Amino acid sequence: MAKIPLHFILNGEERAEFVDSGATLLRLLRDKTGDLTAKSGCLQGTCGTCTVLVDGAPRLSCITLAEDCDGADVETVAGLAAHGQLHPLQHAVMEHFAAQCGFCTPGMLMAAKALFLTNPRPSREDVVEALSGNICRCTGYEPIIQAVLSAAQVMSASGPGAA
Amino acid sequence: MEIRKKYFADERNDDLKEIGQSRQRSDALGHVKGITPFYADRAIPGLLHIRMVRSPHHHARILGIDASRAERHPGVRRVITARDVPHNVYTVLSLINIGPEDEPVLAFDKVRWQGEPIVCIVADSERAAYEAAQLVQIAYEELPAVFDVEEALKPGAPLVNEYHGQNYYRYDSGESRKVILGDVEKGFAEADFILEQRYQASPIEQAPTETTGCVVVPDQNNRFTCYTGTQAVFFTLDNSSVILQVPGQQLHFVGGTAGGGFGGKVDCTTEPIAILASMLTGRPVSYIYNRYEEMQISSPRAAERIYLKDGVMKDGRIVARQVRCYVDSGAYSRHTPYGTQKAAAHFPGPYTIPNVRIDCYCVYTNRTPSSAMRGFGVTIGDFALEVQMDKLARLIGMDPLEFRFVNAYRDGDMKAHHQPTEGAALIECMQEAAEWADWPVDPRCMAMSSREPRRQP
Amino acid sequence: MTRKRGRGVAAVNYPTGMNLGGDPTQALVHSTPTGNFMVTVSSVDLGQGMKQILRQICAETLGVPSERVVVDTADSDTGPHCMGTFASRGTHRAGNAVIAAAREARGVMLEVAAEMLEVSTDDLETDGAGNIHVVGAPAKAVSVTDTALAAHFQKGRSISGRGMFLVPRSYPSPVDGAMKPATCYAHACTVAEVEVDVETGEVDVISLKNVYEIGRALNPRMVEQQLVGGAWMGISHAIYETTEPYYPQRDHRGVDFNEYLMPGPGNLPRTEVVVLERPAPDGPYGGKGPGEMCANAPIPAIANAIFDAVGVRIDTMPFTPEKILRALRGLEA
Repeated sequence: MAKIPLHFILNGEERAEFVDSGATLLRLLRDKTGDLTAKSGCLQGTCGTCTVLVDGAPRLSCITLAEDCDGADVETVAGLAAHGQLHPLQHAVMEHFAAQCGFCTPGMLMAAKALFLTNPRPSREDVVEALSGNICRCTGYEPIIQAVLSAAQVMSASGPGAA
Repeated sequence: MEIRKKYFADERNDDLKEIGQSRQRSDALGHVKGITPFYADRAIPGLLHIRMVRSPHHHARILGIDASRAERHPGVRRVITARDVPHNVYTVLSLINIGPEDEPVLAFDKVRWQGEPIVCIVADSERAAYEAAQLVQIAYEELPAVFDVEEALKPGAPLVNEYHGQNYYRYDSGESRKVILGDVEKGFAEADFILEQRYQASPIEQAPTETTGCVVVPDQNNRFTCYTGTQAVFFTLDNSSVILQVPGQQLHFVGGTAGGGFGGKVDCTTEPIAILASMLTGRPVSYIYNRYEEMQISSPRAAERIYLKDGVMKDGRIVARQVRCYVDSGAYSRHTPYGTQKAAAHFPGPYTIPNVRIDCYCVYTNRTPSSAMRGFGVTIGDFALEVQMDKLARLIGMDPLEFRFVNAYRDGDMKAHHQPTEGAALIECMQEAAEWADWPVDPRCMAMSSREPRRQP
Repeated sequence: MTRKRGRGVAAVNYPTGMNLGGDPTQALVHSTPTGNFMVTVSSVDLGQGMKQILRQICAETLGVPSERVVVDTADSDTGPHCMGTFASRGTHRAGNAVIAAAREARGVMLEVAAEMLEVSTDDLETDGAGNIHVVGAPAKAVSVTDTALAAHFQKGRSISGRGMFLVPRSYPSPVDGAMKPATCYAHACTVAEVEVDVETGEVDVISLKNVYEIGRALNPRMVEQQLVGGAWMGISHAIYETTEPYYPQRDHRGVDFNEYLMPGPGNLPRTEVVVLERPAPDGPYGGKGPGEMCANAPIPAIANAIFDAVGVRIDTMPFTPEKILRALRGLEA
């Protein structure tokens, strides 16, 4: 099968890979780049555990074609902590005990980060809407909602552009 | 959340340094960085993938299997059928002498539920494995199937599982696990009111976000390392060792970190076949359930049908309770004979009732084998019991919460399974709930204590 | 007004452990040369927090801060046997095994410290901050680090311990079912408030007040995680979940997250939790297993609340809009 060359940015670093036609972004990330932070929960775009940012927008990487990401800027949880400092969202999830098994956590974090990029001061309803494509089976969601709201407060206190 | 320290303070030492402290979870940092190592989170070169060919029928005889086209499909490394499995018997609880050996690892003569695994494809890519799975041709003779627990017990019902010879698990107590205290018929004769009701629950899936699975890597010295999300490491290792007929020391299991389980990851369904595939190909192999398999192939919480019959006095005392509980094990036992006796031990709930008769049946039907889930053997029973309690209270015109106080078990009370109650705290939970939810109850209820012996009527 | 409110109550208990199969778990504890402690087990963390709880239990027993304890699980090459994580047994069984192992290790640690301080072990206590000192004389002390170094390099002692906790199998009597199915019981009482739409049959859970008695909240925030998440699962079981909605028919099966319904972040009631603690005499620091039972009481409480709201009994789980509408029509007829 012909391989398709891809050139993209992953968490700020330039990458070049060859992928099979039809391969998903999730497979590209996990099998080719070694970034295992995006999880595979359903492979059909229903659980949100594979959520990453593509050019700043949340994408379900399990149903995003890798070949469509040529030239794209891809962000995963691996890039969330900048210069060794945890992102406020990561702090908040810890602080609010908002992770149990941890499998949905990377997707939740990326969905929340995508929200902050367009809406730095989200209401509870905004947060609920942003997380509604992400399934958590452990927490009952409330701690996650609280964590995201609290991170938004921290970030808006530390000024614009913090996301 | 609040901890109400006023209850049972004299039984506690609250002056501990680590216990009772809300320390941060040691795994929290890994979770938020996405580096918690789940079983699939290892980059392994040359990994092969498994796709299972499964029964489309609920109950059928297998007349022939032709996998030759699948074997020739590009990327296919190996096709595994029942004859390749050294000890083709799924063992589960037989290691602790409970469950019967009533299930093949891969079906060969019959399929007994829709989705039963028959042929295992091992291929270079998931895609090749999927494609090859479509090419396997299996000839079936369809057989009548039974899906309802009570229908399955009727004479003339299709026999689901020949191992048992009948559609129920035979306990040493007979067709059901029995619990008997006092004389339930005498209790009914004395009762002011009798209420008999039927309850039913459908199967429920554990639905962890991480699906069931494992990744097996051939190691040095002819050992195999199995990265797995199992809830029971040695259980799974020992069962794999029996199925594969290899000494346990050849197997190395690494787990301990699961993306949710809720009981759904105790059945060791993927590990033996993945290790076998690794042995046969000499390659690392992954066997990961897709979402459909997680929802419909992995064992759910069993469906249950429960009949409750209660004799109750005008003053609120329950004097007799009879329970008939039918647990739908599906086509095979897995952990359900255990869960069924756990149910028998759990009835008649946290209440002191002098006359009790419990019969819990583990019934085989042509559906996905059921197994453990959060609240195994208890959750559905609690639903039935507590709705029944509400109905009984209204039947005699008593407040539902007060009715529970009247019957709540206390330290020293004899339970139906002939154990004295210890460490009861139901009364205190209800007192706290009454106060907090502003649900007024008679002052005598608020004065009760689980530690105060019940006055015999 | 098509929406009617009601409330209902339910009370339950829940057994810890799987006595009916025999229930063993082992643990090993050893010190590194600098006085950090490794707990080696093969128990599984499903997200309930086993690793952290065993860490705190070990630290409490040793008398050291929990940061100095590392829990290594579950590698079958190093971790001793555990039945597994189910039946609410993990914290109870593995916790007791860790206590036993940590006690043995603490005994050696105190023997070494006693030699260094030239006192009897009976005169020593730990301060929980990393020091061992003479009772009543905090200045006469040696650090855990120095004790471990001395044990390794001067005294030739291994600060380590083996722990085993076994509940022997209980065989039910074939005659009357007499048995000991569990070691201790947790308790719960839930008051649920619901709103039922009599036109659509839909149920909204408005609030859940859950009182849980769990023996001992070993780590309260983690207990809260379990109880809140479990209550959510109870709601989910009550009004949404099943793989076969028309049991015993096998059609309309929920085969994925599109079809298998669960409440999302937009469907949450006000869930409040109060915890009572009646320590289990045989539990690790009194702890029982709270993780499973917290889902159970909300289900019948919701069923009873539906009856209180609209006068129909739904005796079949889950309580779907279709069942409620059919029951309401039955009521009219």
